[in-house]
Order: sequence, then C-alpha cells, then structure tokens
Amino acid sequence: MKGAEILIDALKREGVDTIFGYPGGAVIPIFDALYSTKGIRFLLTRHEQGATHAADGYARSTGKVGVCMVTSGPGATNTITGIATAKMDSSPIVVISGQVPTSNIGTDAFQETDMVGLTRPICKHNYLVKDVAGLPGVIKEAFYIARSGRPGPVSIDIPSDVVNSKVKEYVYPDNILLPGYKPVVKGNAGQIKKLAAAISQSKKPLLYIGGGIIASGATPELLDFLEKTQIPVVATLMGLGAVPFDHPNFLGMLGMHGLVAANKAVTECDLLIAIGARFDDRVTGPRDTFASNATIAHIDIDPAEIGKNVKTQIPVVGDAKNVLKSLLEKVKSRERSFWNERTDYWKAKYPLRFAESDEDAISPQYVLEEINKVIDPNAILVTDVGQNQMWAALHCHHRQPRKFLTSGGLGTMGFGLPAAMGAAIANPGIQVVCIVGDGGIQMNIQELATCSINRIPVKIVVLNNAYLGMVRQWQELFWKKRYSRVCLMQGPDCPEECQGPRDDCPKIYIPDLVKVAEANGMRGFRANTQAEVPNTLRKGLAEEGPVLMEFSIKREENVFPMVSAGKPLTDIIIGEK
Amino acid sequence: MLEKHTLIITVLNSSGVLARISGLLSQRGYNIESVIGAPTENPNIYKISLVVSGTEEHIEQITKQLNKLIDTIRVTDISHKDNYIVREYIILKLEVKEKNRSDFFNLARVFKANLIDVAMDHVILELAGSPRKIDRFIEMVHSYGIQEYIRSGEFAMAEYQTPKKGDNKNGD
Ligand SMILES: Cc1cc2nc3c(=O)[nH]c(=O)nc-3n(C[C@H](O)[C@H](O)[C@H](O)COP(=O)(O)OP(=O)(O)OC[C@H]3O[C@@H](n4cnc5c(N)ncnc54)[C@H](O)[C@@H]3O)c2cc1C
Ligand SMILES: Cc1ncc(C[n+]2csc(CCOP(=O)(O)OP(=O)(O)O)c2C)c(N)n1
Repeated sequence: MKGAEILIDALKREGVDTIFGYPGGAVIPIFDALYSTKGIRFLLTRHEQGATHAADGYARSTGKVGVCMVTSGPGATNTITGIATAKMDSSPIVVISGQVPTSNIGTDAFQETDMVGLTRPICKHNYLVKDVAGLPGVIKEAFYIARSGRPGPVSIDIPSDVVNSKVKEYVYPDNILLPGYKPVVKGNAGQIKKLAAAISQSKKPLLYIGGGIIASGATPELLDFLEKTQIPVVATLMGLGAVPFDHPNFLGMLGMHGLVAANKAVTECDLLIAIGARFDDRVTGPRDTFASNATIAHIDIDPAEIGKNVKTQIPVVGDAKNVLKSLLEKVKSRERSFWNERTDYWKAKYPLRFAESDEDAISPQYVLEEINKVIDPNAILVTDVGQNQMWAALHCHHRQPRKFLTSGGLGTMGFGLPAAMGAAIANPGIQVVCIVGDGGIQMNIQELATCSINRIPVKIVVLNNAYLGMVRQWQELFWKKRYSRVCLMQGPDCPEECQGPRDDCPKIYIPDLVKVAEANGMRGFRANTQAEVPNTLRKGLAEEGPVLMEFSIKREENVFPMVSAGKPLTDIIIGEK
Repeated sequence: MLEKHTLIITVLNSSGVLARISGLLSQRGYNIESVIGAPTENPNIYKISLVVSGTEEHIEQITKQLNKLIDTIRVTDISHKDNYIVREYIILKLEVKEKNRSDFFNLARVFKANLIDVAMDHVILELAGSPRKIDRFIEMVHSYGIQEYIRSGEFAMAEYQTPKKGDNKNGD
C-alpha cells in the first residue's frame, strides 16, 4: 500500500468526511489517491487561508476535527493565519501539508519551507513525517491531540517521497502512547469541596464563563447549576450561546465592549467563578483592577491558564462538564437574594441602546435586530472582525452553543466568509448567516466563487460603512479623529487629512459588492435606507443558494458600550443618547 | 524577585524537541541562561537541564508551559531541593607565568582540576564539580589571567526521589 493510500484510509478511520484544501506539486500523489476515493468530500477553496478557516468553521460548529490539505511552500505558508486563528480560540483542526522529498529537505529546494519551524509557536503540536512506517501513528496521534484536552490545531508535514513509498503491511494503530500528554478531566475533589463552601459563604457570587463551556459541551450542567444556585452569569465573546441570551440570570457579555450590568457585576462580586475562560486582556482591562473585591475560582482544563493572568485562590484543573457535575452534587442550593435584585436592576437600567436612524442611513444595530426576527432559531451565525463582530455579539440572539462563530483571540479579518462556508458544509439543512464588514469581506472574497459553484447556501450580510470601522472608531475616540488610512473610498481627489464624510466624498463604493456577488454566480441585494432593511433580509434569507446582502450603514456609527483601552471596567462609555 | 532556577525537563527523544523548548521560552519572553540536553539510559528519553531567571510566578508559568508540550514527560524545578546532585564541567585556558606556576598547580590540586596541556605561556585544564565550586575556581584563578573558558551548563540527577506535589505533570 502506498503512503498516500494509507493517509486517506487513516483519515477515514478518524471519521473525516470533508477535507478543505488546495493542490500542488508536493501533494499530487495524495490528490491522486483522493481521485477515486468515496466517502470523503473534498472542497476546493480558492485560497489556502480560506481552506484553513473553513476547516475551523467546520470544527467550531460541530466539535469534530476540521481537516485542511495543502501543498508545500506557498500553500503551506498560506495556512499560517488560519492555524494561528484556530490556536488562539482552541479550535481542533488538522492541517496536512506536502513537503519536498526527504532527500531535498534543507537544501532550499523548490517550494520548500520549514513548516514545522513556522508552525511551532502557533499550533498545539506538529509533525514532520520522515518515513511511511510512522505515518499511521502520526495521524492517529494528531487527531487525538487536536480534539482532546484543550483542543487546538495540529500540523502534519509530509514529504512527497513518504506518500509515494510503499509498505507491505499496514495496520492502523488502536492505541496511542503519549506518556507526556494526559489531559486531566476530573477535578480535584478537595478543591471542588472548597469551591462549594466558598459559594455557600459568598454574598455576591458571579459566574464568568467562556469558550471552555462550549468546547466541553457543558451547557446542560451549567443550566442545572444556575437553577440550583441562582448565581448571575456573564460570558466572554467566545462563551456566547453557552447560556441562552434570555436566561434570567444572564447579564450578557463582559469586557471592553461588554454590557454595563456584566461589567458592574464583575467589579462588585465577592466570588468570581471562571469556567473555561482565560482572563483575556480584552476582558479584564488592567489586571489589578479586575474583580478586585473577589475571591477567584478558576475551572480550566489547561493548568497553564490558571494563575497566568490573575492570582487564583481556588484552582480546579479539569473538564468543565465533569467538574460542574461534581460541583452540582456538593453545592448547596441558593435562593435569589438582594444580589440578584441588584444585578437585575443594572440589567434593566442599562439595556443596550442605539440611536434610531434618520431616513437615509441605516443603523447597523437595527439590521441585526431585524435579523433576530427573521433568522431561523437554529441558525449558525458567523462573524468577521471589527464593529460588525461586536454588534453581532451584542445585538443578536445567541440561543445555543456552537451557533456563534467568531475569531476572538487573533481577531482575524477575513475569517467570516470561509468559516461560514465550512459551517454550512458541516451542517447541511441549517441556515448559516455571515455578518461581515466591507473591509473583511474583501479579505477572502475569492470564496464567493467556492460558495456558488458548490451551492453552499451561506447568507452573507455586509454592513458597509466604507470604513475600516473599528480602527476608525479608535481614531475618532482616542486619536483626535485623525482618520489615517481607514476610508475604503479615499482616492487621489480626497483631502489627505480627511476627518470624516463630506459632501464631496466619492459617490461610488468600489467594488460594487452586488455586482461582485452576481459575477460570482450568486444573487446580490442592496439596501440603502432603513425602510428597505426588512424586505432585503426577507428576500435574501429566502434564497435557496448563497446570497450577499449589502447594507449601507451610517458611516461613523460606533460600538457601545466601550471601556477605553487600558482603563478598568468601571470606566464605561455608554454611548449616544 | 528575580532568581535563578534550574529545571530538569524529561522529554521524549523526538526530533526538534530542543527547538520546541528553546522556542517556547523565547516566544514567551524568557531568557535562557544555559541549556544542556543529552540522551539517557533509556534511548526514548532525553533529559534537558535548563537554567532560567525569573520571579516565582514566571517560573511557575514556564514550568506549566513546558509541561504543556506534548513531548514533555515531567518538569522538575530543583532549585530549592537538596536531594539533587548538580554538576557542571569547565575547560579553562589560563596565562600562567613561569614564576607563579607552582602556586597555581597547588591551587589546581586542591580543586582536583585536571591538567590537559601545559605550554610555555599557558595552561589548559578541566574541572567538574558543583556549580558553586566552578564559580569559586574561576574566582580564584582570575588573577592568573583567564584567556578563555567554556562551561557545560548545569545538569543534575536526583539522589533519591521525594514525590512532591507540583512534580506531577498535571497536578493542581
Ligand atoms: C475587536 C474585538 C473585541 C473584543 N472584545 C471583547 C469583549 O469586549 N469581551 C470579550 O469577552 N471578548 C472580547 N474579544 C475576544 C477576546 O479577545 C478573547 O478572544 C475572548 O475574551 C476569550 O474568550 P475566553 O476567555 O472564553 O477564552 P477562549 O479563547 O474561548 O478559551 C477557552 C478557555 O477554556 C479552556 N477550556 C477548553 N476546553 C475546556 C474544557 N473542556 N473544560 C474546561 N476548560 C476548557 C481553555 O483552556 C481556555 O482557557 C474581542 C475580540 C475582538 C477581535
Ligand atoms: C487581518 C487583519 N488585519 C487588520 C486587522 C485590524 N483591524 C481590526 S478591525 C479592523 C477594521 C475592520 O473593518 P471592516 O471589515 O470594514 O469592519 P467594521 O469594523 O467596519 O465593521 C481592522 C483593520 C485585523 N483585525 N485583521
């Protein structure tokens, strides 16, 4: 059996049904083996970055390992952003890249790059397969490592002679021998008891939940825990959907763009129980000001996260679901108290607000609230990065885990469209809506063709402010409105030191996104006024195939609430009106 | 407070494992003072001795991150443990003038340093011992004029095992 055939067989045994990728010289033998393979779908993207994000979208929406396959050299380097994105958000993907023949490694051969060296700091683990005998074991390990413990990307670099060489006998290993890798699932009983006691003693306990709840599938246990303890709960961007948005105890997202109630609760609580959240600086602000009145308990599967950013008094290493189950047995029930009344009061007093629009320009928040009305309750919502992402996080209704996919840790513009594509392939029959800015859509716009040709029914909502909006917002608020290189319409006839939209701004946005959609074989719709929004959405979502809906939004709309960078969570700018 | 720590890292003898470790440290902004790695009695296992400076929190974080590497089997911080034999090796080249040679040879004898080469204008010798002993020797021979030396960096072995919390890879 040839190395290439072994590889395909091994992938099947790992349950792989889809590969996202792009061919090239070093992987022709593998692609040849795929040519007549049944049971694995290969999605040819238009760029390897698209393939990596698509594999990531597949993984985030299902919890299964997403697979990406590319050639050596430029194919491999094009996956770097995708791998780093998956690493930062703990998403399980396996990236298989071709490599020059082993005899040529180290000679600066044609299309040679040191993939193991390049990916070392941005993946969970990586391999260079040096001989075909080791290939099955590597595949087995790679998938296990990617999906277990704290999930993450694994890169496998395979020289072309390895996939070309033959072995007489091939056995797929049953067991894995990784003496240095044994993720702890069960929490330490003593620590759990200590946490249960701390909860009984606390007057103002708060749960701070993150992506780990979703990775662990701990939503049912979490809901039982909330039922029993009535503790108010806040979520990170990555934790949205872990608790339904309308749960009575849910105070919303915390952090830089978090809700006032959530940030106030963190500041005032006397016991903060972090579960599968990693105290990111977008969440904490200056660390010594974060939850400074609280005892901190931290449940996380990765011991290195505990104590990394803030001092922790009650550390529990383990899987969120498992630990919550044990904690649920130990914890005493708790009645709603003055503390719940207080958090409810904040919630009522500081709802999300935005200025209703004048006739012409559309409020982006309005678009999202209209989407809430017409979107399928089971839909998967994927965002890009920037203002569009924050508006979607704040204004959309997150009902279930694995239904809100966003690049949080790396904040990768260009993630949205390909990730939505991957999610749609992984979840046939489920509506997938992609919210994206006019900057971000252009970063992987080549994937429109992939969607059309393969009839991947992604519903794309472009919030077009003709600005790199999030950067412009910072320039407006903190850099004296010096709008330096953030206007996507700025041309040679514009003043160099422009400070915002003027009467003599160019009238046409380039490219015409509706035409781009049409040129790529999908329908495109545009709404220029608020009145056109509901209808445009209805028409777009009713399309059977992929569709692009462009909304010309107020150019200088900002995301609020906002805590200025470097300021504590108490320093909230609530916004206009 | 910045303090020097010696970490013993037991890893699988896989390709690129040293690069993983040194890459990890530089990626996270820690400076390695010395690193030395070699195979052990078990051909699958490789031991690395690493000296880094950092605060208590830094070292804890380094230890956890090192443990997180898939190939790492165990990380032990031996800095404040007395059950470890820690050794270092040094080769020195010194300018030793005719007139103070006998003094110098006496000193070398006291330290049990081994002469490798004696020439008209220089002496080369080697010495193995605890890092403290090596430091002290360098201090003592300084006045003779050191031309060059090379130290191995520290390596260590447990005299007896005291299983302790925190040695365990996944311990909390
Ligand atoms: C423009 C922009 C603005 C942003 N603003 C905000 C903001 O206002 N608020 C905000 O919250 N974020 C914001 N973010 C996102 C932020 O950068 C981080 O990505 C996010 O806060 C991290 O979420 P998390 O703590 O849930 O960690 P994740 O990155 O989701 O990490 C998951 C954690 O859970 C652990 N884990 C994994 N599996 C398990 C398991 N089975 N059991 C237990 N633990 C497990 C992991 O070890 C890890 O510690 C913003 C991002 C961008 C791009
Ligand atoms: C690949 C990449 N480049 C640059 C950035 C920095 N950045 C963050 S948000 C943003 C603006 C995004 O603009 P747009 O896509 O139009 O979305 P908006 O913020 O207007 O909704 C930029 C440039 C980034 N996050 N990712």
